[in-house]
Amino acid sequence: MYQADIYATKTFLMEVLERTTTPEGIKWLVQKMKLVEDENAKPKELYLAFSAASRFIGKAPLQLTPHDAEMADIIRPGFDPSRWTAAQAARTLLILSMPYQDGEAFRQQLETLFNTADMGELVALYAGLPLLPHPELFRERAAEGFRTNMGDVFEAVALDNPYPADYMHEDAWNNMVLKTLFVGKPVFRIYGIEKRRNAKLARILSDYAHERWAAGRPVSPELWRPVGPFIDEAILKDIKKLFAQPSELEQEAAALACAQSSNQQAKELLSAHPQLKSRVENGEITWRLIGDKNLQLS
Amino acid sequence: MNTHNLMLIDPHIHMTSRTTDDYERMQKAGIVAIIEPAFWLGQPRTEAGSFKDYFSSLVGWERFRASQFGIKHYCTIGLNSKEANNEALAEQVMELLPLFVCKEGVVGVGEIGYDDQTPTEDKYFRAQLELAKEVNMPVQVHTPHRDKKAGTIKSMEVCLEHGIAPDMVVIDHNNEETVKDVLDRGFWAAFTIYPNSKMGNERMVEIVKQYGSERIIVNSSADWGVSDPLSVPKTASLMLERGISIEDVRKVCYQNALDSFGKSGQMHESDWLKGTQVDQREKFSDNSVLRGGQTPVVGEVKATDSLDSNIVR
Ligand SMILES: [Zn+2]
Repeated sequence: MYQADIYATKTFLMEVLERTTTPEGIKWLVQKMKLVEDENAKPKELYLAFSAASRFIGKAPLQLTPHDAEMADIIRPGFDPSRWTAAQAARTLLILSMPYQDGEAFRQQLETLFNTADMGELVALYAGLPLLPHPELFRERAAEGFRTNMGDVFEAVALDNPYPADYMHEDAWNNMVLKTLFVGKPVFRIYGIEKRRNAKLARILSDYAHERWAAGRPVSPELWRPVGPFIDEAILKDIKKLFAQPSELEQEAAALACAQSSNQQAKELLSAHPQLKSRVENGEITWRLIGDKNLQLS
Repeated sequence: MNTHNLMLIDPHIHMTSRTTDDYERMQKAGIVAIIEPAFWLGQPRTEAGSFKDYFSSLVGWERFRASQFGIKHYCTIGLNSKEANNEALAEQVMELLPLFVCKEGVVGVGEIGYDDQTPTEDKYFRAQLELAKEVNMPVQVHTPHRDKKAGTIKSMEVCLEHGIAPDMVVIDHNNEETVKDVLDRGFWAAFTIYPNSKMGNERMVEIVKQYGSERIIVNSSADWGVSDPLSVPKTASLMLERGISIEDVRKVCYQNALDSFGKSGQMHESDWLKGTQVDQREKFSDNSVLRGGQTPVVGEVKATDSLDSNIVR
């Protein structure tokens, strides 16, 4: 039923928020959290406080110390508030203050907020998914988030968020990875991208690369990150093509993909590029470095 | 059209029924911000859910869409008078309003008021005035097309009865017959430059000549009907051409809208003065507002001054 201890999460967010916003803001928030906690609270109390949070708390980036980043990851593995704003943290605190014993009632309240949210609220709601009780009740909602056309909202659900890797079924997960590439967002910010790679995703990504190549469009070198272990006859042709691309990043991606494959021909292909091979072995080529460089180029 | 590069606000326009071409032309004509009041959609809604989705599109997608063309989008949220007559539905819509009225960029409760001036309209007008009072928000009042003068006066009296200060209320769709009553009572008087049915802008010029620029506001109310999203810039241009001072034009086509709806605390000049950086490349996904083959706009969007005829009749 829990992904993260709710009390610990609230304490952590409140501490960070105290550093980020004004004492009056904190006073307002604490009072609203008390109202929302009450089993008999009218829904209106939550609605008004949730939307007014940005007025009283502001939208400054959270003031995080390196220790906070470690704490966040201890409270909930993968939880990364480094891009969060004050209002976002306040909204998450309001949600974590709601009664949640009745999972279905909790889900319905959340759905109402999702269905009527503006962009800032959607970001808060989606980025808060990995902290919620009853995580198994929010799969449909997360999948809905993958369908958005609003860039910031998509990032909130798909990037730096451990919920999808931990809870989404394979097809939805695969859709999310494909869409991340489709909208040109960095794949290295998908939490669990290695852990959740699968043969079907490798096939989908290969098809997508073919489509891009056919249209004369560039293919992100990050596309090959989940593909390595699933190199077969068909994908091997893609990798060969990749080695022949003029872009150094694509050649590096080809080398890394081969290094992660147990396919004999892939191994031979890598050996045919000794320089790249030794750079991979020395740790000079990593997916993270490829992702960073690719981001700088775009 | 020549607006002398004035920054303009259209404080009443229904962008959900307009195209991106309109956004582009509005931005080029100097419009920096707009307010989209919640209204009816041309035919009555039959489910509360339709209201919910409409309200959320006003604070969500439409705001995002406007931002892609360098225009700041604000809105007012309310149950309009026509649909207030469906009492069962109205009750449910009233329950939805607290979800929206305090959202960022919501600058008032509106557009509310009277259409046929029925008891049911009166009931929900009053209930929404109470809500506006509770959250300390301005009110945008739609005045009726029929029996206009009496309806306008009644709207103001009811506002006062509920203890709402006149400077928190914008009375909309005025004409020569109502303007004096509205100004005398201390309310904001908005005028809709809408081809054929409401005001033409030559009449508007005369009104400003007679009453000055204090508490007078110009808007287009452009929607799904035959209407003109450039009514505000065209009127500004015509006023300048006909000898109204640039300071007065700035007031009725910009400053008064900002001062009245700014009382919400949700609309600040700095929102658009920071420079209207538009980057469609970054925000758009391939299947979004830009379609295949269109070139994304990157960088600062500059207003130009070269649009044709400025008379709206
Ligand atoms: Zn209207």
